[in-house]
Amino acid sequence: MSAPLTYREAAREALRAALTADARVFLMGEDVGRYGGCYAVTKGLLQEFGPERIRDTPLSESAFVGAGIGAAIAGLRPIVEIMTVNFSMLALDQILNNAATLCHMSGGQISVPLVIRMATGAGRQLAAQHSHSLEGWYAHIPGIRIVAPGTIDDARFMLAAALACPDPVLLFEHIYLYNMEGELTPGLERVDIAHAAVRRPGRDVALITYGGSLPKCLAAAAELAAEGIEAEVLDLRTLRPLDDATLMESVRRTHRAVIVDEGWRSGSLAAEITTRIMEQAFYDLDAPVARVCTAEVPLPYPKHLEDAALPSPARIIATARTLIRGGAGTH
Amino acid sequence: MEIEFRLPSLGADMERATLTTWLKKPGEAVHRGEAIAVVETEKGLIDIECFDEGIVSALIVEPGTKIAVGTVLARLTAAGTGVPPTSVPRAAAPATAAAAAAPAVRVPPPPAAPAAAGPAGEAAARLRISPAARRRAQELGLTDAALGRLAAGGMGGIVHIEDIERLAAGGAAAAPAADARDAMRVVIGNAMARAKREIPHYYLGHTIDFAAARSFLQRHNAGVPVAERLLEGILIAKAVALAAARIAGFNGYFRDGRFERAPEVNLGMAIAVRGGGLVAPALLAADRKDLRTLMHEFSELVSRVRSGHMRSGEFTAATITVTSLGEDGVEAIYPIINPPQVAIVGSGCVVERPGVCEGSVAVRPQLTLTLAADHRVTDGRAGARFVCTIAELLAAPEKLR
Repeated sequence: MSAPLTYREAAREALRAALTADARVFLMGEDVGRYGGCYAVTKGLLQEFGPERIRDTPLSESAFVGAGIGAAIAGLRPIVEIMTVNFSMLALDQILNNAATLCHMSGGQISVPLVIRMATGAGRQLAAQHSHSLEGWYAHIPGIRIVAPGTIDDARFMLAAALACPDPVLLFEHIYLYNMEGELTPGLERVDIAHAAVRRPGRDVALITYGGSLPKCLAAAAELAAEGIEAEVLDLRTLRPLDDATLMESVRRTHRAVIVDEGWRSGSLAAEITTRIMEQAFYDLDAPVARVCTAEVPLPYPKHLEDAALPSPARIIATARTLIRGGAGTH
Repeated sequence: MEIEFRLPSLGADMERATLTTWLKKPGEAVHRGEAIAVVETEKGLIDIECFDEGIVSALIVEPGTKIAVGTVLARLTAAGTGVPPTSVPRAAAPATAAAAAAPAVRVPPPPAAPAAAGPAGEAAARLRISPAARRRAQELGLTDAALGRLAAGGMGGIVHIEDIERLAAGGAAAAPAADARDAMRVVIGNAMARAKREIPHYYLGHTIDFAAARSFLQRHNAGVPVAERLLEGILIAKAVALAAARIAGFNGYFRDGRFERAPEVNLGMAIAVRGGGLVAPALLAADRKDLRTLMHEFSELVSRVRSGHMRSGEFTAATITVTSLGEDGVEAIYPIINPPQVAIVGSGCVVERPGVCEGSVAVRPQLTLTLAADHRVTDGRAGARFVCTIAELLAAPEKLR
């Protein structure tokens, strides 16, 4: 058995392994070097790999993401860290207009094998400028792949799969997961970034989720089981392109779906998944699709308000129960 | 120009009506949207309107006559063509030629006809049923009327899959217990009628030597307590499940015009219900369970069916079915496929017959297996492979564990 490790350590191991395996790989971002990363993911890497490969950047998201795109085009395998997804808005032009388009616009002559890591999500009282879940926005963009490791295994191995991808990959690490502790699956050496995974099988309702909401869904499923409701927990893992086949299999098995997404509900990833279920599995539904999302407000700073705004096991349980036992719709 | 005025359909379920009163006489002008006659249907008296403009030239049907939808009730002469009314085959035929030439006669518009089945009425009556329940009801051939009764007792007035399954199992929540048997008969009837109507069945039969299977069972059962004894039916079920997993095209559903292969074999077991009727709940993943487990689960299924405590999942789950009348001494059964499944295996009773074994005639136990399968999915050749695979498995029962 391997020793328990945190999600943070798994992510660090992933970086260390990537830097060791391929001399073209380097990491850059704000505070990734001397400070050891805003969430301490990159702690010790500067000492181990040196300033050539662990590069601190100025507060200039557009510039260093652009530099990463250039480096990728020139043959390197850059990993760019953006401190939090809110700050990535400053680099949106580079991501949307360059990284996502160049392969298309060059007729396939230029590929951009860039990986951008970002912290996402709420739960640590970092208020409305550091807490949002905007990965659903990025999942709107053709030309990039969006992944969201929600387990220790995925934190450890998704990075390698992302680096192997010839196109830009955005990897979202939920800040709430960094302290999660667990063991790596013995013998596991790689994971894909194409398929969703059933994390807990069940026959009564599918809880469809990813990233930081995965542990909440697993907790909800455990409680639901105590009252005789067998909830299946589906981890999307890759948010773009969505693994429709696995999603629909789950809906067809359970006939009911609750989508748990920390993004806001309107025009969201949860809305997209709902629509796909309507398009592909309407006749398998025994109840309307339900969603548990974040309240449509800028994330509040006070702890009790932040908690109230976010999806919680209690809300997931209440929603699943309503789908199965009847009653008014809930959000 | 002659226009035929026919009895319109005033609702999807209306087939006929009785003509009560004519509101027009030959020679009278009819305006678009005007009522021309009153008919009586199950819904009551209904004014029927005419959507053509013209002069009544002939009333063909007598009041009091029961007529089918589409029957010509009257003939009109289109306005302006000037053909005189023909004589009418009814006692009162007072039409005069003058009337035809008198389009100036003003006919007061009749009182507005009450809407018989307007859009508002349809919306109010629209069944609240989940899409999955709707599909399952269609598979079972349930009518909207039966579903409407269910909705009244369903959760929040909405019909869910579970309600359909309960109805199919003869225990409709909303239906009084006395109706349950009838309801089950209706469900069986509808499902089988649909199967016969839609599924191009082909049938294969194969008589096999059952000696190996029988002696295997005797050996096994001699060494275990009564509660753990295996039935012939379980051996056969296991063989069918394994064959269905191995030979493609028999395990799954035919839906939306194509075959969907099922990932595991959920073997439907036809079980007679006391007092008449039949259900076919499934042994889940029967291809992957050992004989002991299957026997245990089957006994539980039977006792649940007999006591009426069935779980809804067991009914939707079956991907192929086995039916057996073995104990009743029938040698072969020619079953009907349970839609949307695509195959059903029948197993007769084991009979002792003279048979050839190692070159000489001896008394041998024999079993006749039959297969009904869906020609939209497989042909007889595949069916034969499937049946022969079952036979081979039963010839080497020790491998069935």
